[in-house]
Amino acid sequence: MSMLHFIPLAPFIVAIFIPILYKAFRHIHTGWFVLPLPILLFIYLIQYLPFGGEPLTPIMETIAWVPSLGINFTVYLDGLSLLFALLITGIGALVVLYSIYYIANKREEPLNNFYVYLLMFMGAMLGVVLSDNLIVLYVFWELTSLASALLIAYWFHKEKSRYGAQKSMLITVSGGFAMLAGFTLLYNMTGTFSVREIIASVSEISTDMLFIPAMILILLGAFTKSAQFPFHIWLPDAMEAPTPVSAYLHSATMVKAGIYLVARFTPVFGGQAEWFWIVTSFGLLTLLWGSVSAVRQKDLKGILAFSTVSQLGLIMSLLGIGSAAYQYEVIGGESIATVAILAAMLHLFNHATFKGSLFMVVGIIDHETGTRDIRKLGGLMTIMPITFTISLIGVASMAGLPPFNGFLSKEMFFTGMLSGASLDVFNVQTLGFIFPIVAWVASVFTFLYCMIMLFKTFTGKHQPEKLEKEAHEAPFGLLISPIILASLVVLFGLFPNLLAYTIVDPAMQAILPGLLQEGEQFYVNIYHWHGFNAELFMTMGVVFFGAFLYVNLKKVQETAFYLGERDPLNWFYDNGLDGLITGSTAVNNVQMTGKLRDYFTFMFAFLILSVGYMLIRTGSFAFDIQNAAMISPYIYLVVAAIIISTIALPFMNNRITAIVLVGVVGFLIALLFVILRAPDLALTQLLVETVMVVLLLLVFYHLPELKKEKFTPAFNVSNAVISIGVGLVVTITGLAVHAFSNENPMSRISDYFVENAYALAGGNNIVNVILVDFRGLDTLLEVVVLGIVALAVVVLIKYKAKEGEDV
Amino acid sequence: MEILMIITVGVLVTVATYLLLSKSMLRVIIGVMILSHGAHLMLLSLAGLKEGSPPLLGEEAASYADPLPQALILTAIVIGFGITAFMLVLAYRTYKAHKTDNLDELRGTKDD
Repeated sequence: MSMLHFIPLAPFIVAIFIPILYKAFRHIHTGWFVLPLPILLFIYLIQYLPFGGEPLTPIMETIAWVPSLGINFTVYLDGLSLLFALLITGIGALVVLYSIYYIANKREEPLNNFYVYLLMFMGAMLGVVLSDNLIVLYVFWELTSLASALLIAYWFHKEKSRYGAQKSMLITVSGGFAMLAGFTLLYNMTGTFSVREIIASVSEISTDMLFIPAMILILLGAFTKSAQFPFHIWLPDAMEAPTPVSAYLHSATMVKAGIYLVARFTPVFGGQAEWFWIVTSFGLLTLLWGSVSAVRQKDLKGILAFSTVSQLGLIMSLLGIGSAAYQYEVIGGESIATVAILAAMLHLFNHATFKGSLFMVVGIIDHETGTRDIRKLGGLMTIMPITFTISLIGVASMAGLPPFNGFLSKEMFFTGMLSGASLDVFNVQTLGFIFPIVAWVASVFTFLYCMIMLFKTFTGKHQPEKLEKEAHEAPFGLLISPIILASLVVLFGLFPNLLAYTIVDPAMQAILPGLLQEGEQFYVNIYHWHGFNAELFMTMGVVFFGAFLYVNLKKVQETAFYLGERDPLNWFYDNGLDGLITGSTAVNNVQMTGKLRDYFTFMFAFLILSVGYMLIRTGSFAFDIQNAAMISPYIYLVVAAIIISTIALPFMNNRITAIVLVGVVGFLIALLFVILRAPDLALTQLLVETVMVVLLLLVFYHLPELKKEKFTPAFNVSNAVISIGVGLVVTITGLAVHAFSNENPMSRISDYFVENAYALAGGNNIVNVILVDFRGLDTLLEVVVLGIVALAVVVLIKYKAKEGEDV
Repeated sequence: MEILMIITVGVLVTVATYLLLSKSMLRVIIGVMILSHGAHLMLLSLAGLKEGSPPLLGEEAASYADPLPQALILTAIVIGFGITAFMLVLAYRTYKAHKTDNLDELRGTKDD
């Protein structure tokens, strides 16, 4: 067990002590006990960054968990894991600090729950990005879903919180389950759960029949988690969570787990046309849909949710285009496709910084004014100057304006899309021209919602009468975290090359291993001024058209697409869920009628169909009269009497006649036993039948008169058909068995009993010897049955239910 | 003779099934009784109904009827008797408690 293993485990260990600390120190905000952990982890992880220009060497540590199944807790730290782990711990620390001031009412809020869930999430997320073993990764993956649902429903008394939590749970867990199926397919092909070993055996499995299904299943997991179209619908509803949670889970970390998965599996599936097209097209579709939908939102968090969806789509599409790098030679650390991966990693980092700060800012506005509705807000610029400044930086970065870091990644995004359109593999020539067009249109809408967010909140007329509280600037504690994030936005905007060889290049090497020669590094040079090229003109177009649309905002929002309040895709989710419930209830009602007759019908129908099918399939209709015993004439008489009295039974509407008829059948059968030379049977049958008739007569006194059964004719016919069917199946089976035993005579075990009854057991009555000697155990248990029946009868008759008790 | 017996069994099973599908408890119980008769006869006839004397060694016959199915049927008769007796008492108690012997009216409530 190395230090690395403790990184994902430490939050879980701390989480155990949180409730104790919460109870013991009621006057100290529990968040202060949590805060040191992410800071320590962050500092510990920073030392792995390659500051000296030396490339990062991946570290791998293993402890056995279930070695017999190939499941080991293997921690693997490379550039990609390190980038994510730094984001998780860094933003985690800021979010904990922010939450201390945000959820300040420590008397009323169940802070212990909040921090236990948050720590559980942090540990799970670190586990996801650091695990090399797929099963361990899956375990942590589901833990993030669970922690996320718990955090969304933190205010569980609110209906909407529970709805959002259930929705995110259903969508992400079904995706996670598909992913598990994909992992097992990979295991099936390679025989290992280790990502490293799977990557090493890519060339053998890429032609396998299961390769494409595994790819699609794993992508399902990634798409549901990262809110890609059409699975993005859970993210806007997850905004019911407390704002620190939204900032942490639903912008910076958890929703990027899918991005991580796609990046992690690029060495496995990258270079395949299917992967390229699925990832790129879903990414672009999400980008466009998210940015267009964000304009509809009236809630600041709603805008940010759709903005997150859209930016995740952007990163996803870049990863898709970058996966084509496997088709090209990399010369000097640069190739036409690697620039897309570079843009993806840079934007991943940038998005975490500005989106985190924007969520915190929205939380502050909510906290200080009591609303997040842009129709009620306005004119806050002079009242909340610091908040405004942070918002301005975040929004400008999100819109892609210089000199902030969003501009750099936006330019690189355009470069990536333009180079994606000029690829000459996978038939990109035919459809590739769409990439930059979609990217550009989405950027226009991104610019538009950024302007809406900033101007509707901070400019215009202040409307204090619509606000629940008197607006004022936030306390300093609440501002620390967004200020730090906003400074990072500016810092990395001005000095982007701080990131180049410390963070971006190691991550690229992790995503595209094996493309570089020994000792080479990817060419990462990020700068603001590229000269007058296509990307710059595209950005200018974005600004121009975005401003134009904002001026005509009224007209835009009156178009049909924007009239509904919610995303139209929710219709499918809500109706699908309702349909599932009503459908399964309907199916259940059809079969679970509560009527004995119906259950018997199902059983008999199944008997007829299954046995009948087997009889037909094996052609077992056999009728064999050879070897049959002779029939004495009086047997005809007895059998005829049995048949007639049996057939008469259902027609009896008088209970005394019915009981007498039952007695007649029983006694006739006893007679048959006499004829068939079974004296003991005849004796028992006579006795039992007598007692039975007496019993029937006893009960008879207490039971009502048999009524004529009122069935509809169709019902009666179906009853008759079923019973005749059962009778036929039984008869045919009996005949077939009889014929079979004639064709394949076997010596009977009874010969042994006949020979040895006297010699071994000292009895002449062979049947009785069998009952008490050869097979005495049967008799013992049969006696037990009778004893139990006797007891049960006594209890049934003696036991009187008390008042109000059900029988 | 086996053929005749098997056809008789078929008739018994048909009638028993028909009775099991009815609504009145007493009819269902009678159906169970008839069904067990059918099962006993089937056991006996499938073992073969060859001529021979009853399975008593004192008879000194050349061949005996098969004793094993007889032992099995004897066990089955006793168990069937026990179960039927129990069902009868159950029907009696049910009728006392619910004042009906119609199985359709004895269904539980929706949320049971």
